[in-house]
Amino acid sequence: MGEVTLAQVSSNYLDVLQEIGNIGAGNAMTALSQMMNCKVDMKVPQVRLLEFRDVGSLVGGEEQIMLAVMLGVEGDITGSMMFMLERQSAKHLINKIMMGMGDPETEDFSEMELSAMKEVGNIITGAYLNSLATLTNMSIYPTPPELCLDMAGAILSVPAIQFGVYGDNILLIQSQFFDELEVDGFFILVPDIESYGKILSALGMPI
Amino acid sequence: MSELIKVGMADLKTCVAPDSVITLGLGSCVGVAVVDPSTKIGGLAHVMLPDSTAIKGSTNIAKFADTGVLELVKQMEALGANKSRMVAKIAGGANMFKFEGANPNIMNVGNRNVAAVKDVLKKLNIKLLAEDTGLNYGRTVTFFPENGEFHIKSVGKPDKII
Repeated sequence: MGEVTLAQVSSNYLDVLQEIGNIGAGNAMTALSQMMNCKVDMKVPQVRLLEFRDVGSLVGGEEQIMLAVMLGVEGDITGSMMFMLERQSAKHLINKIMMGMGDPETEDFSEMELSAMKEVGNIITGAYLNSLATLTNMSIYPTPPELCLDMAGAILSVPAIQFGVYGDNILLIQSQFFDELEVDGFFILVPDIESYGKILSALGMPI
Repeated sequence: MSELIKVGMADLKTCVAPDSVITLGLGSCVGVAVVDPSTKIGGLAHVMLPDSTAIKGSTNIAKFADTGVLELVKQMEALGANKSRMVAKIAGGANMFKFEGANPNIMNVGNRNVAAVKDVLKKLNIKLLAEDTGLNYGRTVTFFPENGEFHIKSVGKPDKII
């Protein structure tokens, strides 16, 4: 397994992977909009096959400061899942969920805010993975969430390294979401290489 | 005018002073800066994984500590640098999340990257002058072969020069 397989997966099964992103992120958005008590929209999910040097372009540059919730994916498939927000967006989202008890004007995050963000990440990535599990009839479990406030390049190097073990590209499913004005963020699902095969097989499309 | 040359993830670049090399957002990866102070020929490698022999099917030699540093030195020599005068500084190798997957190839990869880089520098007889490695945050690094300064920027921390 290597680069060729990933390229084949991304070109032959683009629609299927995109649909997974659509369903998963759709469910996650519903959960998020209920929590925020406002409308949340999303863009058409993108399936991206990237060289490592281009990974930063995913979210607007390697130095973009992001708050990321990362979960491992375990069970019938393995991999990782990330929910990433630009710092100011994260502030606004947390403030909305905490019903105005957050402090969107400062740059730092309080313990309470970080804890809220972790829980939001937990709930909505859970919604994403649940819908994927239902769709494929597989058992998929998230690990407890981990939080990280840092440069996008440093955060995304974690899934990139997982792919570096196999080849020179990373394949991922990215969904972008936004509310009326302040919140703009990403879901990134990064199944391991073998898991792409398992997902497609479960959907009746053996590679 | 001096130029700032960008090095991507799993990439390496050489330069000659007054030019400098930069890599953005190092996480568990390690930035290896090497310079020959008398010719002021320098370079920077952004390595992702420690060991090319543990992994098959990869064509990108800049990705690994062992092959990447070797290639960087080779390219600098091609520009006229002398290996016996070369010195190095390194940064990165952080542990971004406690969870980093169950795959043994990526467990604790930051520390293993740092160890692998030190190992290959030692084998090549290149002196390691300074390092800023480990911990749990990302780093943007710029290397100036002109004076050998390695500038390190992190989120919410003062800038550092090593």
